[in-house]
Amino acid sequence: MSSQRIHTLDVTAQNLKSNARLSLKDQQLRTNMRSAMDSLISKRLISMPDEDERENLRELGNKIKASALSQLPDLLEQLESNLTKQGIQVHWASTTEEANAIVLNIAQARNAKQVIKGKSMVSEEMAMNEHLTEHGIEALESDMGEYIIQLDNEKPTHIIMPAIHKNAQQVGKLFESRLALPYTDDVDSLIQSARSILREKFFQADIGISGVNFAVAETGTLLLVENEGNGRMSTTVPPVHIAVTGIEKVVANLQDTVPLLSLLTRSALGQGITTYVNMISAPRQPDELDGPEEVHLVLLDNGRSQAFADSELRQTLNCIRCGACMNHCPVYTRIGGQAYGTVYPGPIGKIISPHLLGLENTPDHPSASSLCGACGEVCPVKIPIPALLRRLREENVKSPKQQPQIMAGQGSRYSNKEALLWKGWQAFNTKPLLYKTGTFLATRLGQFTPSKLGAWTQNHSAPKPAKRSLHELAKKHLEKKS
Amino acid sequence: MSHLYYNAAPQETRVAKPRKAPRSYPTHKPAHIYLYGTCVVDLFFPEAGMDAIHLLEREGIQVNFPQAQSCCGQPAYTSGYTQQAKDVARSQLALLTEDWPLVVCSGSCAGMFREHYSDLFKDEPETLAQVTALAERTYELSEFLLKVCQVELTDQGEATQVALHTSCSARREMNTHLHARELLNQLTQVERLDHDHESECCGFGGTFSVRMPDISGAMVADKTQALQKSGAQQVVSADCGCLLNINGAFEKQNIPLLGQHLASFLWQRTQVKQEPNT
Ligand code: SF4
Repeated sequence: MSSQRIHTLDVTAQNLKSNARLSLKDQQLRTNMRSAMDSLISKRLISMPDEDERENLRELGNKIKASALSQLPDLLEQLESNLTKQGIQVHWASTTEEANAIVLNIAQARNAKQVIKGKSMVSEEMAMNEHLTEHGIEALESDMGEYIIQLDNEKPTHIIMPAIHKNAQQVGKLFESRLALPYTDDVDSLIQSARSILREKFFQADIGISGVNFAVAETGTLLLVENEGNGRMSTTVPPVHIAVTGIEKVVANLQDTVPLLSLLTRSALGQGITTYVNMISAPRQPDELDGPEEVHLVLLDNGRSQAFADSELRQTLNCIRCGACMNHCPVYTRIGGQAYGTVYPGPIGKIISPHLLGLENTPDHPSASSLCGACGEVCPVKIPIPALLRRLREENVKSPKQQPQIMAGQGSRYSNKEALLWKGWQAFNTKPLLYKTGTFLATRLGQFTPSKLGAWTQNHSAPKPAKRSLHELAKKHLEKKS
Repeated sequence: MSHLYYNAAPQETRVAKPRKAPRSYPTHKPAHIYLYGTCVVDLFFPEAGMDAIHLLEREGIQVNFPQAQSCCGQPAYTSGYTQQAKDVARSQLALLTEDWPLVVCSGSCAGMFREHYSDLFKDEPETLAQVTALAERTYELSEFLLKVCQVELTDQGEATQVALHTSCSARREMNTHLHARELLNQLTQVERLDHDHESECCGFGGTFSVRMPDISGAMVADKTQALQKSGAQQVVSADCGCLLNINGAFEKQNIPLLGQHLASFLWQRTQVKQEPNT
């Protein structure tokens, strides 16, 4: 059952704080992440040097996605009908369990034993590998990063570069121990060894699995970008291709994909375009020599319609999964992807995971941000990530009973005590006499401030109030003047 | 066909706010302004507020300090206690009855007035009109000194090197880093040194620093180290939230540096030294 991994994930997601504490101590991880993120940040900027052009393109990206979302149900139906006409079978899944059942059914109908996978975050969301393995089907990752972490029994720590937290030495040692290859930390030779192993697997596989970057409604096209050629191999060599994707990936027409592609590849890796752009619109035709005999598309909801139902939260679904928000995030850079305990880490993870898993399973995700705004500033489709984090905090501290309920797990951080504290804060700041007395006492008793003030004194000395407040000083000064 | 997303209420899909045109500034200095001290300055950096008053008075401006002011509401707002933030914001609005410019001693609080009050009051047309007009005349202190007062500072101090930290919201919402740099550039004896990952957050984030002390602590530790490594003798910032965070961490780590509010730094550097009366 997929639930096993989802279950472990949930437990970890609930422990974001303690996970983070552990990863912050991992100096190797800190160094690897910092240098990798710095390099991605500069690559992005080099690929979009002109601020005006960059900002215009982001605005266009935002409008395209907003417009696609405004017609989401219609576009999905159009996509389904065009794909069906072209011979691609479309399946709908409300939950990851349903999606896994669909994939398993297809595999069992073909009596499949081996599956080869291109990179797909939705398949991670489904925990598809575990599900297939439990049913005796081998699922092998063919994206280099995914291959590495699969060898090491890990989960992706980045949505674009799943093994970004590892350096070449670590990969060399992993290949040495798991593949019995002589140790090397030469990146090219490491990649070559893995590629020759994978080459065989492509031909043995009964099914190829991939994700989708953009599903084009008007033409019924599944667009998939990648740099390693493994995506093309996975989608053309095996006799069956199953694409899995979230319902938010649909766009109106091919024209719309041009700016989105440009934004995606530049924001992700600083590339003008990827090495491979795959456009899949049908299974193999009678007069064709290659391509799969069967093509399926699984459209997964898994909580997305909850985000869709609220016009502010709906903006979460603009995401084109470029990873720029995590590359620029000071929290992600320090704690890495594992600590989030969710398939999607970083800023996008913090705003989408509560919809996929419920706030009760991601109670600390909205709070694990200083709201510095680095993510929102770079997001190619202009998702106001800090504003959405703030909104999720609001949903998180509401009373669980308050109506209407917009999010599953509403009020998972609701505490009577804290709510009272903020009521007190409100009274303090709206009643001048109270404020005056309070600050008077604080300034006069400042030297009695305890040296331990909970979490604050973990990183700071205790703050000492000044001897006189600005209110007092200013009053005296301004009165003297007049 | 999934029926699920049909449950969605037919709401308009949101498009990102259009980019703002560069801000235009009044050509004349106003006679009066409101000074907004902010709660952190009030309790922990009152001298910064006083130095702001001195700097503004030197420009010939009458400073008004509403005694009933408290907090802009930001802590509750960013913590998700929107209703509480709204009530506090409303009480502050009630104090600002004249259409004088509002000059704010902390970048993130200026940002709260300028960018977020409109979100708080989005459903109250009358108040919304009021906060929109207020946003137009709200300035972060360094912006006001530079762009509205067009100050010309004469450096009276010894040669020194400073590092500048700018709060994230002030940088992103108001370009405070550029304004502060320009002001520092006017001081002939002051050299501004860059520090590593200068634009990165110091880890304060209001309640974030106590809700997530491990992550916040790692961020401020990197920041204090970068500031120390810059070789600067002094640290300045136009945001007292960051200063509270950075100074507390300096002290905890025994780093012999202390961040100062930009207003205090500017005021101290530009005062003509009085010869002692003999
Ligand atoms: S939220 Fe924006 S920046 Fe982050 S992955 Fe999605 S599209 Fe990219």
